[in-house]
Amino acid sequence: MATTRAFARLASRRAAVRPAAFLTRGFASVTESPTTSETVSPKASRGPISEKQTSTIKEPEPGKDAKIKTFHIYRWNPDEPTSKPKMQSYTLDLNKTGPMMLDALIRIKNEVDPTLTFRRSCREGICGSCAMNIDGVNTLACLCRIPTDTAKESRIYPLPHMYIVKDLVPDMTLFYKQYRSVKPYLQRTTAAPDGREFRQSKEERRKLDGLYECILCACCSTSCPSYWWNQEEYLGPAVLLQSYRWIADSRDEKTAERQDALNNSMSLYRCHTILNCSRTCPKGLNPALAIAEIKKSMAFT
Amino acid sequence: MASQRVFQLGLRRAAVPNFLKLQPAGRMVQRRLAATDTVSQTTGQEILAKQRLQRPVSPHLGIYKPQITWLPSMFNRLTGVILSGGLYLFGFAYLAAPTLGWHLETPSMVAAVASWPAFAKISAKAFVAFPFFFHSLNGLRHLAWDLGIGFKNITVIQSGWTVVGLTVASALYYTFIG
Repeated sequence: MATTRAFARLASRRAAVRPAAFLTRGFASVTESPTTSETVSPKASRGPISEKQTSTIKEPEPGKDAKIKTFHIYRWNPDEPTSKPKMQSYTLDLNKTGPMMLDALIRIKNEVDPTLTFRRSCREGICGSCAMNIDGVNTLACLCRIPTDTAKESRIYPLPHMYIVKDLVPDMTLFYKQYRSVKPYLQRTTAAPDGREFRQSKEERRKLDGLYECILCACCSTSCPSYWWNQEEYLGPAVLLQSYRWIADSRDEKTAERQDALNNSMSLYRCHTILNCSRTCPKGLNPALAIAEIKKSMAFT
Repeated sequence: MASQRVFQLGLRRAAVPNFLKLQPAGRMVQRRLAATDTVSQTTGQEILAKQRLQRPVSPHLGIYKPQITWLPSMFNRLTGVILSGGLYLFGFAYLAAPTLGWHLETPSMVAAVASWPAFAKISAKAFVAFPFFFHSLNGLRHLAWDLGIGFKNITVIQSGWTVVGLTVASALYYTFIG
């Protein structure tokens, strides 16, 4: 079988016929024409065109007693960079769709509109790829059930206040940079006492419960109004939770340095205990509590 | 599996021969209708920088579900500004009153308010009472949070609605009775 596959690939490569020019679609490269070079880039804050002004793409094959539900999904195509984003409506028969929002998205992509773009990987809430804003709340699409009430229409947006790469895919570069900035790894200068392992008592280990489970899906950070307005300087709940995970670790010897790095008006103290983070966490963690513990540890030492 | 697909594809081609697009039968792998070029690292970075300029920001405040977490937080800030701003305004006006010839001392203020119509009196009292009670009661939650108490989701929801209820009750009491 493997030889067949290799042979097929070889054959295809040799005789690769380029599709006709009108069928080709460039990737999101920005084409420069003499007229557009002078125009200013479009406003980043441009909102989506309402679903009332866009078309509805219907369920391809509704069954008998179809349970038709409408989904309004945020779309933006980087191939038309100056265009406004829009809310595209799709209807699906829930009898033919899986129970979760991610199933609906995958079904739309497979059977209705292959241009719909979103991140997904594990489909069981462990990778954090499919984080998005569903019906106004940030969550993982794979852990979010489709409300069976077909009278209510569902709205799916990308994570709030993020730059959009395409459709439901936000640019996470800054988020990962911030994560790197808290040095999320064990820092020690002394060797282990027994020359083998850095040991912890059960109590010390228990402090890390509720911290190490974070999957960095960024649901909490992007639900935080403080993070929306001060993204460049405030680290956000997810990264602060990770920072506390290392501050609380009994084996780490750079606790003071870690706290010192947060000791300014922006990195940590932009947290105003709004608590959207804990409310929205799809893994049931409590970033707000972790931030409060950091604040306490810095105030009472 | 791959050989099966080659076979299926061959069958399909035989059934519907397409003479316009000449394709060898072995070409069963995905055909992607996208033109791709290899560009250097620096050109790639330039394209990326240009793309980033064009990107929209996803909607945020307008689409986020109203929740007992962030709405009271917003009102806490708002009422704080109203209360402290009012205090500062009145404080400075009181200081400047003798120079400017204003009468802001208590007896003349009481006399002025007494001559107002009932509607104006009630709305003025409500305008002060609601922010005052909301900010004071919500302040207690913030003090608890600073000590690391009351962070469970259910506790936050309960304490939030408790503050709302107590605010309404006490503000109405002071507006109409107190």
